[in-house]
Amino acid sequence: MTEERPFSDITYEQFLSEEKLMASRCKKCGRLFVPPRSLCPHCQSLKMEWAQMKGKGRLVAFTSIAIGPPFMVKEGYNTRHPYCIGVVELEEGARIVARIEGVAANNPETIRIGTPLTVQYLHQGAQGNLKTFLAFKPV
Amino acid sequence: MLRERKLGRGVAVVGAGLSKFGVFKDKNSKDLFTEAFQEMLASVDKGLEPKDIDALYLGNFTNDFFTHQAHWGPIIADLIGHTPKAATRTEGACASSGLAFREGVFAIASGFYDIVLVGGVEEMSKRTTSEVTEGLALASSPYEGQIGLTFPGCFAIMATAYFEKYGATRQHLMNVTVKSHNNARFNPKAQFNLSIRDIMDSRIERARSKGEPIPAWKDEQEFLLDPVVNPVVSWPLYLFDCCPISDGASCMLLVAEEIAKNFTDNPLHVAGIGQGSGLDLHAVDDLTFFEATRHAANEAFKMSGLNPEEIQFAEVHDCFSIAEIIHLEDLGFCKPGEGYKVVAEGITKLDGPKPINTSGGLKCKGHPVGATGTAQLYEVWKQLRGEAGKRQIPNPNLRVGAAHNLGGTGGTCTVTILERR
Repeated sequence: MTEERPFSDITYEQFLSEEKLMASRCKKCGRLFVPPRSLCPHCQSLKMEWAQMKGKGRLVAFTSIAIGPPFMVKEGYNTRHPYCIGVVELEEGARIVARIEGVAANNPETIRIGTPLTVQYLHQGAQGNLKTFLAFKPV
Repeated sequence: MLRERKLGRGVAVVGAGLSKFGVFKDKNSKDLFTEAFQEMLASVDKGLEPKDIDALYLGNFTNDFFTHQAHWGPIIADLIGHTPKAATRTEGACASSGLAFREGVFAIASGFYDIVLVGGVEEMSKRTTSEVTEGLALASSPYEGQIGLTFPGCFAIMATAYFEKYGATRQHLMNVTVKSHNNARFNPKAQFNLSIRDIMDSRIERARSKGEPIPAWKDEQEFLLDPVVNPVVSWPLYLFDCCPISDGASCMLLVAEEIAKNFTDNPLHVAGIGQGSGLDLHAVDDLTFFEATRHAANEAFKMSGLNPEEIQFAEVHDCFSIAEIIHLEDLGFCKPGEGYKVVAEGITKLDGPKPINTSGGLKCKGHPVGATGTAQLYEVWKQLRGEAGKRQIPNPNLRVGAAHNLGGTGGTCTVTILERR
């Protein structure tokens, strides 16, 4: 029932929880948006269609964060245990910011821009309050 | 193509005030604004009757979060005896008072008001670092904040993209930090009014008096490479690449140009103003510049008829060291990819051909976010009036200065050019 869902942030997160990375594509100009948009900011068209991303991409830029907000501290991240966030360019061309797993966040000098990545879905929280975070890891 | 812009009538700056910036457990936003307001009153050469102020525009980002109190326009209006006249809060994240200045200019240029007070305030230090990080992240994109991306994180991401594209390194960021501290040493209102060398000396002295091993840093770079004194915040940004958490307030008095001589024989004129907005990090194709800055600068240059070479000095929004380098490029002071070289060559030093952040910048002066925009313009005011004391730019013909204020990761940006005629 993919086609019937609204092009919204809520739908985007529902898809993530189903382990699908979904973009919206403008039917008028063909541009691709992740997270999806219902209104194309380039041609203002409201005619969108869903496009499922393959979940493959490469690292464009990144950081390893030692001092995070309280919810990340609660997850156990701190100066001794930093986490990595990066900008990923998908094979389809769109870019997305995501957690980068499976890299040496403690040794960020070893992380290379251009590294090929594949999507990973991080399901967190208790029953009834589940949330899925988008992540990528090296292929 | 941008249309040429002009004001309905000219606007002049005839007064300015700044509180001390820092961490003040015993002062709240009202106390800080009172300090700035008092100095502003004293700075009006021929005096101001405060009752003559027609309207107040006050920048504040998120005291709602930091102090659990919103609606700061009327609170400050009440503080200075301005009620029941108009008081408006402007919010543009760290560019909140850049917006206040701009709204004040428009209010006068429209002909509606003649005398307008603009300023900003922020009270951040009564929260923990982690909480402030969360508070500031309120200005990031929803997608980015939710996954744990912080403000230092956003600029760190830009830094890795910049390093990759142009070959700059962490050492180049250090040049910005050392320069900022050298300037702040001469700014008594700065949160950190001491040079890196001063900090090194005091650490050595402390170690000696405690009988601890004496640190053996050869120079400033070696000090900044020491992870004990300069730990990583969000790689490749370290503590000394980041502006501090600060409390502070600033304000400026704007009047219609035609009545400026009633207040001073030495007014500054608003030569150019510009504003831009920008996209989330993930939505830009190139992470090495801010489109919002380029747009705002273009608007301000068009209005003023000036070009980047004619801006003699500037305060730029150096929330992080990498940001200062990028702003130099976006403001047209050098070509893209050359900002880090310009800093390394000393061009942006106090006695260089294009002094940048003579106040010490956000890094050393402090960054009470809502107060920063008009605090930057306060520095331009001091320099153009020859009142900057030991940090006065050694150029007897100082005539044109600019301030660049950035909110979020380039979500809101203002560029303001002031001129002495």
